Amino acid sequence: MGLLSRKATCNSHGQDSSYFLGWEEYEKNPYDDIKNPDGIIQMGLAENQLSFDLIESWLAKNPDAANFEREGQSIFRELALFQDYHGLPSFKKAMADFMSENRGNRVSFDPKKLVLTAGATSANETLMFCLADPGDAFLLPTPYYPGFDRDLKWRTEAEIVPIQCTSANGFCITKSALEEAYEQAQKLNLKVKGVLITNPSNPLGTTTTRTELNHLLDFVSRKNIHLISDEIYSGTVFTSPGFISVMEVLKEKKLENTDVSKRVHIVYSLSKDLGLPGFRVGVIHSNDDIVVAAATKMSSFGLISSQTQYLLSSLLSDKSFTKNYLKENQIRLKNRHTKLVSGLEAAGIECLKSNAGLFCWVDMRHLLRTNTFEAEIELWKKIVYEVKLNISPGSSCHCNEPGWFRVCFANMSEETLKVALNRLKMFVDGLLSTTRSQSEHRRLRSLRKMKVSNWVFRLSFHDREPEER
Amino acid sequence: MSADKNLLSKLAVGDKHGEDSPYFDGWKAYDNNPFHPDHNPQGVIQMGLAENQLCSDLIKEWIKANPQASICTAEGIDGFSDIAVFQDYHGLKQFRQAIAAFMERARGGRVKFEEERVVMSGGATGANETLMFCLADRGDAFLVPTPYYAAFDRDLSWRTGVRLIPVECNSSNNFQVTKQALESAYLNAQETGIKIKGLILANPSNPLGTSLNKETLQTLMDFINDKQIHLVCDEIYAATVFAEPGFISVAEMIQEMDHVNRDLIHIVYSLSKDMGLPGFRVGVVYSYNDAVVTCARRMSSFGLVSSQTQSFLAAMLSDKIFVDNFLKEVSKRVAKRHLVFTEGLKEMGVSCLASNAGLFVLMDLRQMLRDQTFESEMSLWRIIINKVKINISPGSSFHCSEPGWFRVCFANMDEDTLQIALQRMKSFVVRDKENKNCNNKKRKSFQENLKLSFSSKMYDDHVRSPRLMSPHSPLVRT
Repeated sequence: MGLLSRKATCNSHGQDSSYFLGWEEYEKNPYDDIKNPDGIIQMGLAENQLSFDLIESWLAKNPDAANFEREGQSIFRELALFQDYHGLPSFKKAMADFMSENRGNRVSFDPKKLVLTAGATSANETLMFCLADPGDAFLLPTPYYPGFDRDLKWRTEAEIVPIQCTSANGFCITKSALEEAYEQAQKLNLKVKGVLITNPSNPLGTTTTRTELNHLLDFVSRKNIHLISDEIYSGTVFTSPGFISVMEVLKEKKLENTDVSKRVHIVYSLSKDLGLPGFRVGVIHSNDDIVVAAATKMSSFGLISSQTQYLLSSLLSDKSFTKNYLKENQIRLKNRHTKLVSGLEAAGIECLKSNAGLFCWVDMRHLLRTNTFEAEIELWKKIVYEVKLNISPGSSCHCNEPGWFRVCFANMSEETLKVALNRLKMFVDGLLSTTRSQSEHRRLRSLRKMKVSNWVFRLSFHDREPEER
Repeated sequence: MSADKNLLSKLAVGDKHGEDSPYFDGWKAYDNNPFHPDHNPQGVIQMGLAENQLCSDLIKEWIKANPQASICTAEGIDGFSDIAVFQDYHGLKQFRQAIAAFMERARGGRVKFEEERVVMSGGATGANETLMFCLADRGDAFLVPTPYYAAFDRDLSWRTGVRLIPVECNSSNNFQVTKQALESAYLNAQETGIKIKGLILANPSNPLGTSLNKETLQTLMDFINDKQIHLVCDEIYAATVFAEPGFISVAEMIQEMDHVNRDLIHIVYSLSKDMGLPGFRVGVVYSYNDAVVTCARRMSSFGLVSSQTQSFLAAMLSDKIFVDNFLKEVSKRVAKRHLVFTEGLKEMGVSCLASNAGLFVLMDLRQMLRDQTFESEMSLWRIIINKVKINISPGSSFHCSEPGWFRVCFANMDEDTLQIALQRMKSFVVRDKENKNCNNKKRKSFQENLKLSFSSKMYDDHVRSPRLMSPHSPLVRT
């Protein structure tokens, strides 16, 4: 169809990826404990459904927010007409305070440096429009959120060059990986405009270490490029080592008000921490006035509904609510995480050790027929169609080692999680007894622990066609 | 304050967002000194904002009577968690159905809309940009009849890289778009190697306040079909039509014009004008082209409607009795306001383009210009903002090809404020006419003095000459 744009006819939206295909299968046959107990259990959706009761009870006690009223007076008209892209001041202030609270008040955020957007999806795209021209590149550590291919590249025409991280060191970002990625971009004739990290990481569920943050700041400082830190999971950190924001490291290194601090931009959202993805609440924080000004204008294409801004400004301004919520939410996430991890262990499956997020990064390498991505997809299809669990294969997250899967744990009830774990155990038991002998299984497990295995994995990565990434 | 500009994108450091245009300057003057009947009666009256504040009482009443429509009230809270997690870019089914039904009622039930084609966007602003991303590549162009909504430059071009080619219309035929003008613009573009992907226009028009008649719609549809280019109709003012020929949507024309390729037809809609809910950011892309529906829906991730808002509107717009009454009232109240305002202007000898829709009129102040240039239009506009203290929008900001036209909004204030605005206009117009009756030298010195001590002069003149302008005055347009 020559009628439409290239954007409309290509597949840079990335929605042909397995990440989305799994969703489609789930939609056709969704699990319900009563109506469809054999249906597919959704474990591919990083939602936080654990703490709604806390918000609901707040709403019950605060009817004003619900009824478009302030101190008994109707403000419906005011809200209905409010479309100022600077956002509701009380909401911005509440967001800035909430973000500070999430970081133990070790750093503070200026509402004047915040831009409101329709979700983090829009925030990330908007930042790309502000920082990169078509054809420019951003470096992203792998594995990364599959939606980034669409959000960062599709309409902006920017490129992503991966920073390869491996299981050899728990997928940490190393200095050499950063340099290699930069060189790779140069070889492809791409101008690198910055690095984008997700901290805590999706899909790893780990917080970025201080060492990594220091490496990143050094790197972007030397190369004179930007650093975007997508911190949408910051409120989901449930155990040590705790969350360190790049803003804290800037402060520690006394780099506030320097050139490099103007190139550090934070993305935040209420979709994960508060479990409100439907409300479309995203935020950009930047120390660069031009970025704030341009992003604010661009937010016209995706403003936050004024009724939602009003509701949330009331909710988040209630400090006793936010304090209790953050604490309670973390406890519940920790419990759920423990249940998933021990359930997987019982099935002989290990996870990357994690302290945050709404998912685990699960190691199923020992279940692969061969150490290839074909085998990974084969295994994934079995898990979706036979075991009836929608989980996300590592290849959809651009992981460079086959066999890793992201499994979500916070978007279902405890009973459903139990059902899912039972199914998985039965599947693994069946798989191991029919396809492998016990000794072969043990041999593979010990192979995995040796350093030489990483050399093998890297080789198998380079053998692949680029399109398979 | 900011990093090296080379480190940012061209979009971020350029000015193609268009917000340096005078359209926005007036807003700034208003923001610095906003009128308030009690706190700031000498402030600037905002008549540059096309908002519909006439029917919020009807919505408030409905909200009070329907607490279950909110997910935050005791009556509605059971729905909270399901709605709060709902981020499916298809949107809530009940919401899509309710929007399709509302769009049908706003067209008198003369067309049917399929809810599967209703795609959400971040307001009409988001809808227009999204359609450009779907239909055109960077460097391609869309034709747009002038005068057109000032922010189209930002919405359609800024991030998309799509060019806008104006199709000039003029007052000789009340700014109607003609086949000749379309063909001429198309040909010129072709000759300079510009690839035209489509035609976009608002119907009813902003800033004209007129809806297209059947003949013009047929011309447009035949034109785009002949060239096999897209037609994007921004119908966000559909329900504000209050007089003949009534509102004829492109959706109705499709039914009659079988030969037109439906894959070329796309509608933009919103609740910001018809319902007066710009804060809720409800935009709709409705396309007859399946591939565009799919693409636009994927892009809607960048500007989904808050599920809280979807849920609320699904309930309200499913209430057929409410909707029918609301649509009737909108039309009635807009008609009344329009009449009060245009009659008030007529009494002082100021005419407007004959209009039957919209939340504004296009006022004809050509006779008040020093000469027929845009410089004079700007001078006059500055006087109106700074001395008469009314924010109105100069025609040049809408790419009008003739100087002297100004868009004035009338539905974003209460009646008392409207009367005050009319009084201020009257004083200014009367004074200006009187001075035109003197010789040129005196007029020049008046305009200089105007800058220094306008307000006291205004009061004195008003006391001295309270009569209305003669109906035979050359300033009264026939």
